[in-house]
Amino acid sequence: MGSQKLKIRSSLVWSGGTAILFGILVLVLLLMWGLNPTRFLKISNIQSMAFQLPELGLLSFAMMVAMISGGTNLSIISTANLSGIVAALIMQAAQKSGTLAPGIITAYAILAAIAASAIIGLLNGFLIAYIEVPPMLATLGTMIFLNGISVSLTRGYVISGFPEDFLFIGNGLVLGIPMPIILFAAAAALIALLFDYTPYGFELYMLGTNPVATRYAGVNNRKILMKTYLLSGVLCGLAAIIMISRFNSAKSDYGASYLLVTMLAAVLGGVSVYGGSGKVSGIVLSLIILQLLSSGLNLLRANAFFTRVVWGVVLILVMIINRISSYIKDRG
Amino acid sequence: MSEIFLSMIVSKSFSGVKVLDDVEFNIRRGEIHSLCGENGSGKSTLVKIISGVYQPDSGARIEIDGASVRHLSSIESIHHGIQVIYQDLALFPTLSVAENIAIGQILARGKSLVRKETMRALATRAVNHIGVKLPLDEPVGGLSMADQQLVAICRAFMSDVNLLIMDEPTTALTRKEVNALLNVIKDLQRNGTASLFISHKLDEIFDIAERVTILRDGCKIGTYNPSELDTKRLSFLMTGKNLVYEAVSPVVKKDVPLLQVDGLSKRGNFRDIEFSLERGEVLGITGLLGSGRTELALALFGLNPADTGSIRIEGQKIVIDSVGTAMKSGISYVPENRLLQGLVLRQSVGKNFLLTVHRRLTGRFGLRDSRRQRAEAEKWIHDFEVKTPSIDSVIETLSGGNQQRVVLAKWIATNPKILILDSPTVGIDIAAKSSIYATIHHLASRGMGIILISDEVNELMHTCNRILVMQRGHIKAEFSGDGLTVQDVSSAIVEDNGGDCR
Repeated sequence: MGSQKLKIRSSLVWSGGTAILFGILVLVLLLMWGLNPTRFLKISNIQSMAFQLPELGLLSFAMMVAMISGGTNLSIISTANLSGIVAALIMQAAQKSGTLAPGIITAYAILAAIAASAIIGLLNGFLIAYIEVPPMLATLGTMIFLNGISVSLTRGYVISGFPEDFLFIGNGLVLGIPMPIILFAAAAALIALLFDYTPYGFELYMLGTNPVATRYAGVNNRKILMKTYLLSGVLCGLAAIIMISRFNSAKSDYGASYLLVTMLAAVLGGVSVYGGSGKVSGIVLSLIILQLLSSGLNLLRANAFFTRVVWGVVLILVMIINRISSYIKDRG
Repeated sequence: MSEIFLSMIVSKSFSGVKVLDDVEFNIRRGEIHSLCGENGSGKSTLVKIISGVYQPDSGARIEIDGASVRHLSSIESIHHGIQVIYQDLALFPTLSVAENIAIGQILARGKSLVRKETMRALATRAVNHIGVKLPLDEPVGGLSMADQQLVAICRAFMSDVNLLIMDEPTTALTRKEVNALLNVIKDLQRNGTASLFISHKLDEIFDIAERVTILRDGCKIGTYNPSELDTKRLSFLMTGKNLVYEAVSPVVKKDVPLLQVDGLSKRGNFRDIEFSLERGEVLGITGLLGSGRTELALALFGLNPADTGSIRIEGQKIVIDSVGTAMKSGISYVPENRLLQGLVLRQSVGKNFLLTVHRRLTGRFGLRDSRRQRAEAEKWIHDFEVKTPSIDSVIETLSGGNQQRVVLAKWIATNPKILILDSPTVGIDIAAKSSIYATIHHLASRGMGIILISDEVNELMHTCNRILVMQRGHIKAEFSGDGLTVQDVSSAIVEDNGGDCR
């Protein structure tokens, strides 16, 4: 029988998406290196890429977890901004009173951002799991709601001036490695662990594929969805901490253009828009590709809009390659 | 014009696996031909080659009207007057009957504007041609399955049809509706249209077919006259073995029944349900669609909790308000709709199996123990004789019978005391049915209590110790014993004493 053959084939198919992404990564790397032989692989450029990637990366993870559950999270940017503003307001108040040590203030700020984002995540989860509002509508609602709160809290102005300890999170180096990329790597490892090694992860992928069948199999769909949107929210909070620390300021409309880019990164990384599939490794590869392109083009003094053109082209190309490879596979 | 409309010798392989092996097949003008075979025997593949959806492997020979055809595409197939009505009918539920019938013709004309009157006129002509009555302005979604079938046939007859192919046209129809459909097919025959139909229900084949071609494992077994066949021989030719019902073993009544249901009611669903189930007993529940049988099963499984009444398991009163509590109480449910409720189609065989049991198979820190889970899945898939290339294959690619075996395995692995099976043999072939009956008997002999919900009275009579008939939300009759005939039960199902018991 050809069962052995089929087995090998299916394992190739499984790794097919990752292999294609890895190929593109190497290609982009060589291309950018070729175009900027002296500057592209300098330590300073690599470091600057490692400072830039984590914000978008964590927000993309936030989008990815919602998409795997079969939904989406349109409120990621407004969640991050409001969490950042809450942290900023607390730091501002604490600095004014002048009684607390900068280390303590930093700890409070981190806790405040995470708590705010967790509450928002639970709100999204509640609307989706219990009130059964379609995710796109629920998160569209919270997106506008949160944005409104952010603007009224700040009246649209920038809140700036944070303690040195807090600025270290977004700008510091540990043994030459930027702090943000360390946090990003930790988050990636934690999500990969959750998805691949916990019962929650297993049920999340099954629920994302067919929620009716998981309900009939005794899976507590509501609990899984609550956890998923909680996780999505907290990832936004983490992104917010890095973002306001890097900018040394918080504002209601930072990162407004990131929303669709996170979807781009997720889809490019192999997350299905129909739910139920996508891996952390895929997103990480796709984020690196996007970062290499934008930094490389920046060194060539291409303008930022051209970077977007190239990102779009890469996404479309990957979709075409995926389609063709699955077509070839079907033809046998 | 030759007597033979279509003849072919074809092979077809997918990923190196031969699904059709040098099958020689022909259809005469105006004949009624039946294609029989189990799931996975290659019937659907053969039909898809005739309709041009699949291309056969090289070396195939196809002749239509005596002329050799090198390449058959969907469009060419339609030009030759070949029309296929697939199982799902491919209708537009929100559009009207007239629009559904006329749409192909309208599209073929390539005009950018459509007039309602033209559409209605086209549809009227088709309906008259077939000789049926249909409400032309109603949306198709509101029609019965039988009428929807007729809409699909009318649509097929918008152009000249030499060969009408129907894939399991009668699965969702009642006996009366089947007879009406068969009459339509006979009328078409008088106008020179050949019909090829694929069916699982054996008696229909004898009513109507002039020739029967049987496939098994991608090979043609032969073409027969129905007079040469009877039910037993046909099923033997299809499977290579005989369908055997095992004898029902008697049940020993204990003081405390395994399951005791009293006065169970749910508004608009069912009322005053009272029955008991012993260890090792197989209890059948039947009734028309909407009689409340599935609603009752869902109440026991926590997906449709009852308003009032009591459920006792081994004498212990329990409240079942979620699937979780039902599972904890030892109740499992194999749902009615396998594809939607029973399976996560786009995921693997192994993951589908593990869905109910993976939380029991964890290692340190409550993390998943992949090796143990894999081993467990491999073992159950093997024990249940699921034919699959590997447990990593996407379950969508398996036949209905094999998919159902995975659903059974995932529930039996939870080690339930009570197993509820809702229409477990719908759309699966004889061999797979036999193996499901054998599984039911085996589980009952181990002391499991089984509730089998089914439309097929024959199946219930051969598998169950007792049969309950439900109507309008209550239990109308109970049957058991040796003297029972199919007629007794069937008439109880349809006989209506009137009065709404809800």
